[in-house]
Amino acid sequence: MNNNNAGRLILQIYMGIFLVFMLAPLIVMGGAAVNDSRFPSVYPWKGLTERWFIDLWNDPRMWTSIRNTIFVAASVVALSVPIGTAGAILLNSLQAKARSFVYGVMVAPILTPGAVIGISTLLFWNMLGRPIGAQDSLPFIAGLHLSVLGQVSFIAAYVMLLVLARLQSFDPGLEEAALDLGASHAQVMRRVLLPHLYPAIGAGALIAFFQSVENFNITLFTRGNSDTLTVYVGSKVRTGITPTINALALCLIVLTVIGAIAYEISRRRAAARERAEAREQAKAEAAELQAAGA
Amino acid sequence: MRELVRRYGVTLSGIILALVGFWLLALVVLPNLSLLNVSFRPYLPVDQLGGPDDHYTLRNYVTFVSGDPAYYFLGIPISIHVNIFLLTILYSSVVTLVSLAISYPLAYYLAKVVRASNAPTLFALLLIPLWVSEILRSFAWFIVLAYQGPLNAMLGMVGIGPIRWISGFNGVIIGLVYTYILFMLFPIYNAITSLDSNQIEAARDLGASVVRTHRRVIMPHAKPGIASGCVMVFMLSAGSIIVPTVLASPGSRWFTQIIQQWFFEGQDWNTGSAYAFLLLVLCTVFVSVMMRVMNVRLVDIAK
Repeated sequence: MNNNNAGRLILQIYMGIFLVFMLAPLIVMGGAAVNDSRFPSVYPWKGLTERWFIDLWNDPRMWTSIRNTIFVAASVVALSVPIGTAGAILLNSLQAKARSFVYGVMVAPILTPGAVIGISTLLFWNMLGRPIGAQDSLPFIAGLHLSVLGQVSFIAAYVMLLVLARLQSFDPGLEEAALDLGASHAQVMRRVLLPHLYPAIGAGALIAFFQSVENFNITLFTRGNSDTLTVYVGSKVRTGITPTINALALCLIVLTVIGAIAYEISRRRAAARERAEAREQAKAEAAELQAAGA
Repeated sequence: MRELVRRYGVTLSGIILALVGFWLLALVVLPNLSLLNVSFRPYLPVDQLGGPDDHYTLRNYVTFVSGDPAYYFLGIPISIHVNIFLLTILYSSVVTLVSLAISYPLAYYLAKVVRASNAPTLFALLLIPLWVSEILRSFAWFIVLAYQGPLNAMLGMVGIGPIRWISGFNGVIIGLVYTYILFMLFPIYNAITSLDSNQIEAARDLGASVVRTHRRVIMPHAKPGIASGCVMVFMLSAGSIIVPTVLASPGSRWFTQIIQQWFFEGQDWNTGSAYAFLLLVLCTVFVSVMMRVMNVRLVDIAK
């Protein structure tokens, strides 16, 4: 027993060190955003300043890249959610052999390096334009639309995996029943199947959005001359490092932390509500039993 | 297929097939075939495309092996680019093994040891770095590891250093482990969670040591998670562009940087495609080797 406790203590300390390893660099990066030093660092400390935030605010390229990022991410969500959902529904209706083959093709992009996806997307659309002599004009040249298509190729696979997992708990008998009761196929889809899948579709949309915002490799090869947020940061890191990058990073981290806290609070509230409902129900049942006894 | 039509009717089945067809053909299969095709064609000026010189050739792949030799191995010249390719494989493997060694005890702790009430907070803290983009994560280490940075300042207080952290492949390895370790931790955690704790108890009660319990009970059960984590970390590391760019020293070039060089500086898409195709082959081989060695299916890895 003593041995067990010692093991637990060692693991706890180890976990603590790991958390420091994961979070300390982010704190250092955030700290450098408010340090009055031309080179981003927290050491030596030269006093508090807000000028890196003002520089960031006044950089028009940053605002363009934010707009582009949101446009790309929204397009990726709009395409990858229906595609991924359709993929999961199709897989679920396939026989074992065809199923594992199609599944393999679908998850392959997750296991493919982003640079390869980006390059092959660019080459494919360029080749598509060549027979009609349009390889030098839209939509066959690099641009944000190709970034969207490249990102969808692997993000749709994430949506597919989430929806497929959710489909495991779906009873196909419900579809049969609805059809027997005279529902049309469209009604079965809209009223029976999709409502069951909504939680997975919602989670898929969220993941798709964030995956798109974070994407660098695919975007780098397909973007043409347009900037997204990651490419903007990438070019700043390469050409001239100033603490404005840290200011941007600090804003993003704060947004993340707020999001994480909001999620945690809503989760706890939902759990508390469920417990309260369960108590109410138990009480009602007890009362009913008593009434029946009397 | 007939099953699909029976369940959802002709119209809906048509829509489903069209969506999936667009995805798999226009976004996955045909782009990869274009990559293969372009990689076997010579780099030509635009007006000679489709001309007599535009035929299949191995030239781009010959470029890969026949550049200036970096060194000789048993009398065989190893070109600079082959050398960088091999170093990328070597150091991606190092990153994978280090991540595995660090993650496994943590995954076990999160799955079986930690109090249930603390787990959500721990996960929330662990997920924060995951939502920060990888470029900012490597940039953070760029600041931490700087020669006159906070890490050396802290070590200086206890009389160590200063150490030149960003030298050789050190900076790149630290950055890659930091950036991708959660892709190792979470799959292993998922695998261990599904193990019945009674099995661990039983092994202990029967007198198995801690090491033996892990080797014979927990690790075999965690195998799909380990395979999945290794595949993801290796692929992401070998394919990483931004971490090697931010944390590189003059002596550490990564294979993806050579691909970029062909595309953006050389404007030679054909040779660049050949190099990208080699990277794709490398990752495919790694996935198949992992599946064979660990005896798991693709379904286990993609979970």
